[in-house]
Amino acid sequence: MATYQEFIQQNEDRDGVRFSWNLWPSSRLEATRLVVPVSCLFTPLKERPDLPPVQYEPVLCSRANCKAVLNPLCQVDFRAKIWACNFCFQRNPFPPSYAGISEVNQPAELMPQFSTIEYIVQRGPPTPLIFLYVVDTCLEEEDLQALKESLQMSLSLLPPNALVGLITFGRMVQVHELSCEGIAKSYVFRGTKDLSSKQIQEMLGLAKPAAAAAQQQGRPPVCLFLFRFLQPVHRVDMNLTDLLGELQRDPWPVPQGKRPLRSTGVALSVAVGLLEGTFPNTGARVMLFIGGPPTQGPGMVVGDELKTPIRSWHDIQKDNARHLKKATKYYEAMANRSAVNGHSIDIYACALDQTGLLEMKCLSNLTGGHIVMGDSFNTSLFKQTFQRVFSKDYNGDFRMAFGGVMEVKTSRELKVCGAIGPCVSLNSKGSCVSENEMGVGGTSQWKVCSLNPSTTLGMYFEVVNQHNAPVPQGGRGVVQFVTQYQHSSAQRRIRVTTIARNWADAQSQIQHIESSFDQEAAAVLMARLGVFRAESEEGPDVLRWLDRQLIRLVKTHLKSSFSSSRLHLQFMFHLRRSPFLQVFNNSPDESSYYRHHFVRQDLTQSLIMVQPILYSYSFHGPPEPVLLDSSSILPDRILLMDTFFQLVIFHGETIAQWRKAGYQEMAEYENFKQLLQAPLDDAQEILQTRFPMPRYIDTEHGGSQARFLLSKVNPSQTHNNLYAWGQETGAPILTDDVSLQVFMDHLKKLAVSSSA
Amino acid sequence: MNVNQHTPMASPYGQPQPGYGQPGYAPLDGGYPAPYAPYNGPASAYQPGAPQQGYSPFTSFPSKAVAANPVSDLSSPLDLGPARGPPASGAPPVSAPQPYNQYSQSQGDMQNGPPLMTQAPPRPAVSQPYNHGAVNLPGPQPSFPQHYGPPPSMQQVTNQMTGMQIASGPPTPAGPGYAPPHSSQPPVSNAYSAAPPPSYTHAPPPVSSAPTQPPPPSGPAPSQQYYGGPPPPSQQQFNSSLPPTSQQQFTSPAPPPSSQQSFPPTSYSGPVPPPSQAPAPQVSQPQQPFPPTQPPFSSAPPPVSQPAFVSGPPPPAQGSFPPRAPPPSSQPGSFPPPGPPPTSLPSGQYTGPMPPQQQPPPTQPSPYHSGPPPPGSQMPPTSMAQSNHLPPGPQGPPGPPGPLQQHPPQPGMPGGFPPQQNGAFGQVRGPQPGYAGPYPGQPNYGAPAPAPAPAPPAQKRLDPDAIPSPIQVIEDDKAKSTEPFTTGVRGQAPPLVTTNFQVKDQGNASPRFVRCTAYNMPCTADMAKQSQVPLAAVIKPLATLPQDESPPYLVDHGEGGPIRCNRCKAYMCPYMQFIEGGRRFQCGFCSCVTEVPPHYFQHLDHTGKRVDCYDRPELSLGSYEFLATVDYCKNNKLPQPPAFIFLIDVSYNAVKSGMVNIVCQELKTLLDYLPRENPEMDSMVRVGFVTYNKVLHFYNVKASLAQPQMLVVSDVSDMFVPLLDGFLVNVNESRLVIESLLDQIPEMFADTRETETVFGPVIQAGLEALKAADCAGKLFVFHTSLPIAEAPGKLKNREDKKLIGTDKEKSLFQPQVGFYNTLAKECVAQGCCVDLFLFPNQYVDVATLGVVPVSTGGSVYKYTYFQAQTDKERFLNDLRRDVQKLVGFDAVMRVRTSTGIRATDFFGSFFMSNTTDVELAGLDCDKAITVEFKHDDKLSEETGALMQCAVLYTSCSGQRRLRVHNMAVNCCSQLADLYRNCETDTIINFFSKYAFRGILSNPTKAVRDTLVNQCAQILACYRKNCASPSSAGQLILPECMKLLPVYLNCVLKSDVLLPGADVSLDDRAYLRQLISCMDVAESHVFFYPRLLPLTKLESGSLPVAVRDSEERLSKGGVYILETGLHLFLWVGASVQQELLLNIFGTPSFSQIDPNMTSLPVLDNPFSERLREIIDSFRAQRSRYMKLMVVKQEDRTELIFRHFLVEDKSASGGASYVDFLCHMHKEIRQLLS
Repeated sequence: MATYQEFIQQNEDRDGVRFSWNLWPSSRLEATRLVVPVSCLFTPLKERPDLPPVQYEPVLCSRANCKAVLNPLCQVDFRAKIWACNFCFQRNPFPPSYAGISEVNQPAELMPQFSTIEYIVQRGPPTPLIFLYVVDTCLEEEDLQALKESLQMSLSLLPPNALVGLITFGRMVQVHELSCEGIAKSYVFRGTKDLSSKQIQEMLGLAKPAAAAAQQQGRPPVCLFLFRFLQPVHRVDMNLTDLLGELQRDPWPVPQGKRPLRSTGVALSVAVGLLEGTFPNTGARVMLFIGGPPTQGPGMVVGDELKTPIRSWHDIQKDNARHLKKATKYYEAMANRSAVNGHSIDIYACALDQTGLLEMKCLSNLTGGHIVMGDSFNTSLFKQTFQRVFSKDYNGDFRMAFGGVMEVKTSRELKVCGAIGPCVSLNSKGSCVSENEMGVGGTSQWKVCSLNPSTTLGMYFEVVNQHNAPVPQGGRGVVQFVTQYQHSSAQRRIRVTTIARNWADAQSQIQHIESSFDQEAAAVLMARLGVFRAESEEGPDVLRWLDRQLIRLVKTHLKSSFSSSRLHLQFMFHLRRSPFLQVFNNSPDESSYYRHHFVRQDLTQSLIMVQPILYSYSFHGPPEPVLLDSSSILPDRILLMDTFFQLVIFHGETIAQWRKAGYQEMAEYENFKQLLQAPLDDAQEILQTRFPMPRYIDTEHGGSQARFLLSKVNPSQTHNNLYAWGQETGAPILTDDVSLQVFMDHLKKLAVSSSA
Repeated sequence: MNVNQHTPMASPYGQPQPGYGQPGYAPLDGGYPAPYAPYNGPASAYQPGAPQQGYSPFTSFPSKAVAANPVSDLSSPLDLGPARGPPASGAPPVSAPQPYNQYSQSQGDMQNGPPLMTQAPPRPAVSQPYNHGAVNLPGPQPSFPQHYGPPPSMQQVTNQMTGMQIASGPPTPAGPGYAPPHSSQPPVSNAYSAAPPPSYTHAPPPVSSAPTQPPPPSGPAPSQQYYGGPPPPSQQQFNSSLPPTSQQQFTSPAPPPSSQQSFPPTSYSGPVPPPSQAPAPQVSQPQQPFPPTQPPFSSAPPPVSQPAFVSGPPPPAQGSFPPRAPPPSSQPGSFPPPGPPPTSLPSGQYTGPMPPQQQPPPTQPSPYHSGPPPPGSQMPPTSMAQSNHLPPGPQGPPGPPGPLQQHPPQPGMPGGFPPQQNGAFGQVRGPQPGYAGPYPGQPNYGAPAPAPAPAPPAQKRLDPDAIPSPIQVIEDDKAKSTEPFTTGVRGQAPPLVTTNFQVKDQGNASPRFVRCTAYNMPCTADMAKQSQVPLAAVIKPLATLPQDESPPYLVDHGEGGPIRCNRCKAYMCPYMQFIEGGRRFQCGFCSCVTEVPPHYFQHLDHTGKRVDCYDRPELSLGSYEFLATVDYCKNNKLPQPPAFIFLIDVSYNAVKSGMVNIVCQELKTLLDYLPRENPEMDSMVRVGFVTYNKVLHFYNVKASLAQPQMLVVSDVSDMFVPLLDGFLVNVNESRLVIESLLDQIPEMFADTRETETVFGPVIQAGLEALKAADCAGKLFVFHTSLPIAEAPGKLKNREDKKLIGTDKEKSLFQPQVGFYNTLAKECVAQGCCVDLFLFPNQYVDVATLGVVPVSTGGSVYKYTYFQAQTDKERFLNDLRRDVQKLVGFDAVMRVRTSTGIRATDFFGSFFMSNTTDVELAGLDCDKAITVEFKHDDKLSEETGALMQCAVLYTSCSGQRRLRVHNMAVNCCSQLADLYRNCETDTIINFFSKYAFRGILSNPTKAVRDTLVNQCAQILACYRKNCASPSSAGQLILPECMKLLPVYLNCVLKSDVLLPGADVSLDDRAYLRQLISCMDVAESHVFFYPRLLPLTKLESGSLPVAVRDSEERLSKGGVYILETGLHLFLWVGASVQQELLLNIFGTPSFSQIDPNMTSLPVLDNPFSERLREIIDSFRAQRSRYMKLMVVKQEDRTELIFRHFLVEDKSASGGASYVDFLCHMHKEIRQLLS
């Protein structure tokens, strides 16, 4: 076990890959029986400080439909200067530049430690990064002010050559021209009219240059047209700062009982159209800042009558959300357009009520953009999160990459079923594409418009080897991930990760296979499948599906090493209660928000989301992680819970009383002060690193905010069994939810009974 | 006619007296005799063509002379022809006698026509006198003889008019005759040549003409001889009977009429001929009366003449006549057949007469008398004649009118007499020759052209001086109007628009606000229909008053709002009768009795008037304003102050022409002069700015901004306003930002290459902005080109010269797309008025672009080929005025009338969604609305007809007000009363608007015909019912309408109805729209431009204008001509150096820069005064007139000539004389 753990850890560190199974059953049939599919979490841009990129082009297999990249697993004939592709077995000669190759003089890509390698390639002129701000002006004065400041601040974070643009919207949509002196010029669009991309470009005067250029050849002004709305930061810094400074709230009066008219749909359409027309296939970020739901025009989520509340899950279930389908369809279409052009869309939604993320989520989900949800732009949550978008890595480069295209190649026994993550299919059919789709399938290439080092995709595979055609002993299955992307330094790069796993005969080596089971990865991968389903199916159906899988899993492994999957089941228990699958107590926007993050974070973060971490602080010893269980809630403890989205510091009853009494102020209770401080420091540490910044909650026993904690812990003690357990331990949770214990018992029972 | 006669009785004639008014004419008996030259008028001369005789009568333009009364005589007498003729030829005297002759027979007429033409030029004056004399013989014809004497050439002219006839009859004969005429008699003779001669001879009267004609003498002489032979006798007879003669002729005309008809065509050109014919017939008739003449004519004369004519005259005449000939064709028919022989004869006679007249002129009176045996009788007549002016009455019988007929004859002439042309005689005045002369009729009144009547015939051509002269009328009216005009008397016609007068409001609206076509309306629909006189009022609700008249008082009736009649909702006004001790009042309009609200109660005095009557404007004044309450506001909300939005085209053309720059520069200062009610307060008007080409740029100029913001809206297909706050701002608050903006606009677009523009969305944008701001307002659109960019209201170039003259021509005046109509409707609903400034370099489809401005009460200004340098001043002055002028918004006008009549039709710039409410998004002080009334019941003479025009509007400070104008006019059961109280200027205003609207739905030609028809009917009705019986050959015009033909001709010749080859469709559409909202003063000067000689300038008074004819221009002079749109300075080729030095500071004619648009500032009194005059002209008009210096014989003179409306126009428009003849013919047709 230990070895596997190390192996797994090592693999993750080196390649950013976590497979659910680290030994693969060698036949289709056996693989199916395992319940959890052969799959992996892959972090394409995992930070590898120790991995210097190489400055040349990768060597590709010459077979047209293979084009695999030369890797350490290939057989190489140094003498003949020939290498054999380990996917299609094509024998390829080395290119002339490899003439000096020999056993002692191997290129990097042939060294085993370079199973992941990054190439820097020259493809056309480097294009600067593009940031297009799309700003809602229907905000409270305070919010708008805060937002303006954040935006102005962000200008200083951008690389000087990055192009910026500004679109503001309220009742109308304004595209600001940044180059003009003396007079602030902007193009205005009506907020209620759905315009095609072509119309938008015409109206912005973008269509003409082409024609004009044709007539007047060699005229450079063409470029000027392209750059009219998007200007290098260093050139328009001042202008834009002033412009932002002068931004006014939407001037149109909002009558009593109405929502302000907000043309989010058209604004986005204009933004997408603008980029489409000027910089197709170039990395760009559309950053949408909204303070409320779209209330008019295409993409409208709710009418402007305040008496009509925005849709809730209840409405949706009753099919009572008028605009839902239409709006969703609208935004989906736009997201696809945007994705095709490699532009990503971020949504920064700050409002107390819902803002329509449910409808708009696809904008970010499909294009790799961020979604940040807050209560107000005037909170540190937003401000710091926004700042963190522009964080830099150890090289001083932005932790973001654009226009990624990820391709998967598999050896013959394996086919790829799909991917779940912030990606869209590129519809590249190939020999390694399975007909069985899981997630976004039917392709071997995905577009990931925006990537950062933690962006993680779940990849699902299918073993297609037939039972009667066993893999030769010692044979290895190989998967190669080729990710091309635009680095934030504007370089084009290609990262190639090649992974091999041994085949095992499930008949004879089931133990081995079971022991190679990565419970954590499997839990997250299954969760992703569940969440993916939840997006399109009713909640209960998803739960039923999940339950069935669990029962099957338990049944299969009951005999052998059930214990090995115990952790997995525990995750599943929490997953079932998580906001990713449960909509109770969450607004549609919140659900969308949570799911959005869940399908893109790496394994660690995902696990935190599924099963929050609970630390306990007391005078009894150093801080310790404790069970996420109601029994952990004790009066003399301070608890720190990290759910990824929230950081809750919970003061036990006694501690709370002490604090109220002000003991921490007294010199003689210095230690108490330290105790109080400890979780704060730890929380701070988490806050510093996480994106998006979690909501920070400081509460105490009996406090209203304690619900965040109480809703997460395993309700081992409830009003139902309170007296049976005695009052000594923990706090009872007033819920009818089943506890982990009940869940497990029931599960066992089901597994047994159904097997009978 | 009557009019003239009545009053005039006395001397007037003799004296040129101002008012044609009756007075002048009246005098009939009173020694006018001489003046009456009218005879000339009788133009019997024309008649020469015996057959046509009937025609000859044209003469009687009773204009002044009232038919019935003595006046009638007067009127008739005037032979247009004579007047001129005489002068020209110099043989004035002759004419005089002639006329008579003419009268007697066609001959006389003949003369008129031709003579005028030929002779006229020379000695207008002289001839005139004759006319007069001739014209009015008192009761009897005799009048003829007496020419008024030379006196008032002007007046006489009118008389002469009568002479018109000349043309017809004589024509044919004339043709020939003319030629000979020369020989025979100097002047006229030519035209009449053939026929006339005889008559002339007879008619010693010709004398009158003679004087003028002198020159012709030579010619005439011979002709005369021709005539002489036969005619003389006749003439004499005529003379004796003279007055009658003319009439007689007319009578005889009867036959002629037919012939005349035929003439019609030619009429103008050849009118002369007819007369001849007429004469003939007349002869018979008249002859009887004038035994002598007749005989001659009938028998010998005619025939004789003919031959004579034929031979001699033909050639010459023809030359000129040729044209006539053709038209006459029809006539010719008549003529030819009988014509040749008879015609000739008559003509001969005419000619004869003509010459005689001319000759006679000198002696005229006597001649006549003498000539004609009846002298004795004549004598009296003479007096009559003089009276003519007045006398018409007497003449009436005689038929002074006869002369006019001439025209017709011509046609006939063609055949044999082609020569008729006056031209032949040399005297001929250019084009007119043919007819011309004769007209004098009207003028005569004045006194001037007495001779005419008789003379004309001889001359054949109408003497332009003998036909009614607008200048004379204007001058007379000026002279008459010295007292302030008080409006208290019901049915009193105000002074003419050309007269400066002060108005005192005593219960009726000032003529500055309301002018009626008739101040004495017929009581019944039948009468109205019979007379065909349009009953209309031209209302200019917000007219600016001169300094010395106080603006309407503002009345506040408190919360209840204005007091109104319960039934018809008329507002409290002086016509409300308080009863029951003041507790109730009876509505003057609908007679309904309404309670007086307690707070408004007041006791009555013993006369039944409220005690506070004079304390309350609404009870004592004709015009006043009420403060409206919230009930009178849109949506029951008090209005916001209005806003002005400037929308500037910034496409390539606009920038290149300099327009953008000029507008922006100007706005910086202009914004300080936005309209305000209290000069000490800032204007409440807010402003906004938009520029556009293919897309629109809005500007945020909020005071708090450091720099303006530009918002581009490219979505022109679905216009909207991109901003609310900061678009419409107060000028003072946002001054810095606005200035910065105006500085930057020209820079920003300096390099634009965008040439396409949109238009519909531009107006939509302004409209939406006003909607968003919830206020009314005005858009100033500065636009350059046809909007071809893809957008609503996109247009295509549809200028197609091939369509002109076809039935499809009307479509060119209709909007190309329906979009703008819909848009206009929306604009009106919002109170969004649009003023359009166009700077086209090519076709922009004014007909379509103008739809919105025209429907919203806005204006269209057009600066074709705008160049910053030369047109800047004009444009800026227009812009300044347009921005500053008083304007009301969101107005609704309603005209209420007494039971019995109803406002049925409205003309102007406005929109109507129902049949009664005139909706005006904007109404400024220059806009007039013409309202036509129709009977729906009977009116009573006792109460007269009342009308109340109420305009509800939002003032420029955002106050809701009601302006009320009341007007009461008399009602009559006698047509004569109607004709005595008409205002020709107003009628012309109505006709022009009516016709210009008509071309939207009818072929232009049909519209023209309709106009001519109606006009003819009006005059015919007068002739039939009001004028004393007279020869059909005489043209008798009502005094008040004696200028109707000349003005109508101007309307018919306008570019809109009769475009020249170089008049673009846009220009026509532009003028059409422009005229639709003109008031009377503007339409008057537009149709009959003011032409002032500048040889001597006195401070304090303007030189007396001269008539719009090239003949009036002296090579050695400098003239200024204004039309309200154009201003020309014409410099004669041989102008004195001193004058040049004074004006231009250069001694040489060739050094004058024809491109200058303003005169150099020179330090001499002449230059100063001239510039002062120019400035004062400009100040008077609502649009700035660019000065154009025209050097004689320069290329640009063509343009200038276009405005000499009495001459034949290059586009085929008839000369005044020709038209008068034609009109006469039409009338005669109707009468027959």
